[in-house]
Amino acid sequence: MDSLLKLLKQNARLSNGELATMLGMTEQDVAARIADYEKRGIIKGYSVIVNEELADNNAVTAYIELKVTPKADYGFDELASKIASLDDVESVSLMSGAYDLGVTISGKNYKEIAMFVAQRLSTIDGVLSTATHFILKRYKEKGIMIEDEVSDERGLVSP
Amino acid sequence: MMDYDKLISKKCAKLKPSGIRKFFDVAAMMEGVISLGVGEPDFQTPWAIRKAAITTLEKGKTVYTANPGLIELRTEVANYLNRTQGITYDPAHEIIITVGGSEAIDLGIRSLIDPGDEVLVVEPSFVCYAPIVELTGGVVVPIETKVEDKFKLTAKALREKITDKTKLLILPFPNNPTGGVMTKSDLEEIAEVLRDTNIIVLSDEIYAELTYTGEPHCSIASLPGMQERTLLVNGFSKAYAMTGWRMGYLAGPAPLVSQMLKVHQYAIMCSPTVSQYAAVEALRSCDDEVKKMTNEYNIRRRWLVNALNEIGLECFEPEGAFYVFPSIKSTGLSSEEFCERLLYEHKVAVVPGNAFGESGEGFIRISYAYSLKHLQEAVKRIKEFLDEIKK
Repeated sequence: MDSLLKLLKQNARLSNGELATMLGMTEQDVAARIADYEKRGIIKGYSVIVNEELADNNAVTAYIELKVTPKADYGFDELASKIASLDDVESVSLMSGAYDLGVTISGKNYKEIAMFVAQRLSTIDGVLSTATHFILKRYKEKGIMIEDEVSDERGLVSP
Repeated sequence: MMDYDKLISKKCAKLKPSGIRKFFDVAAMMEGVISLGVGEPDFQTPWAIRKAAITTLEKGKTVYTANPGLIELRTEVANYLNRTQGITYDPAHEIIITVGGSEAIDLGIRSLIDPGDEVLVVEPSFVCYAPIVELTGGVVVPIETKVEDKFKLTAKALREKITDKTKLLILPFPNNPTGGVMTKSDLEEIAEVLRDTNIIVLSDEIYAELTYTGEPHCSIASLPGMQERTLLVNGFSKAYAMTGWRMGYLAGPAPLVSQMLKVHQYAIMCSPTVSQYAAVEALRSCDDEVKKMTNEYNIRRRWLVNALNEIGLECFEPEGAFYVFPSIKSTGLSSEEFCERLLYEHKVAVVPGNAFGESGEGFIRISYAYSLKHLQEAVKRIKEFLDEIKK
């Protein structure tokens, strides 16, 4: 992958100046390249990786497997975008394998998610079945360790 | 009661213990120290290499190999030197697989040096050359490199130190600790001095893959007339993040290599078999992994050089290895004082420049084999220390 995108994926808060230094580019070139990526939709936004457990101990996230019936002319796209447009839904992906759509949802508590699945998701026309998996603990997200950093086995000094 | 002092050989007793050992033992006892002191990659060995080792173990290939190493591995080393340097080595007679680059250095020095022979050692440099020379009874003649010359060896400095007794020149580039490199034209000047002599070059190229100028590493052995007077030392530790595997090699003229093989076979027998199979995989399939790691080092290098200059540590821009070697002369402290205070007062461990030879005094070595996040925290602490000194 492009080094600029890689750096931004690791830390989107690096300034253009810092990125320029690291990549041996000028600040203007970095700004132009980012603007171009944004314009072309390669960069869709900038987000933050939160240790949810520390931020709000009750919040829950669930991963839901959906089996659906594809529509004749639209395949899975129509249904997927319908689900994606729901506010509480964080991500929607078309999957290969045993089910069709993978959906993540966050809620204030378990009940909220259960109700969402029962009332909003399963009732959508074309949804055949759902299987809800609650996330119990996060260890790593988007390449960043959530709990402990990997320990450095190396000594403090070596020649 | 045993009198151990009486037992120790005079040459061994005379060896200086590493001057930095003591306060790094202290550092190990302290809480919350962050280190920029190591000389090894922070990456894991690429998976394909580890997998090859596991497969070797599964198949039970755990017996000795031929003394100079697996012929497959020597052939891959010859292929590598051919595709990167355009030089041809005969895997059967001109290459030995060693226990890390360290053993290759030891073999080179021990098989050539008699008491009284002079060995030119480019400094600042890796800590092992002088002690090994001293164990053989040879005489170490340091050649100082300077920041004004971008820590390169110059033909003039070399010429001044050559005498009738000079047998060996140790040429360690890309350099630990300075990050200095020698380009093809720099090396050509050195080769010009050496071509009329009977001096052998021990070219320690362990950081060959880690250069950042866009110009790939050039070995002095690739210059006209130089292969016959060069012992090329390299290995897998730095490029492939394989320090613990202890895999290095030596390539040189057959009449020397055959002598070195005697020392190797009596002292070592053969390099670790599992590591040798892993190294074959490294040379066959891991060019991309090396490139990825080099790219990552380069990003950190650019960031760190800029950050150190910004906080007022004047910093030569290193072009190879994974070290920055800033001058601390502006602080008025000696290298050791600087490092001790930085450790005790701000809990950052770096290595004093004089650990790499007297000419390293006034400098410190900072390794960037660490994540950016780690480097940022360390630089923040170094800045606090500098601000305090200025008051």
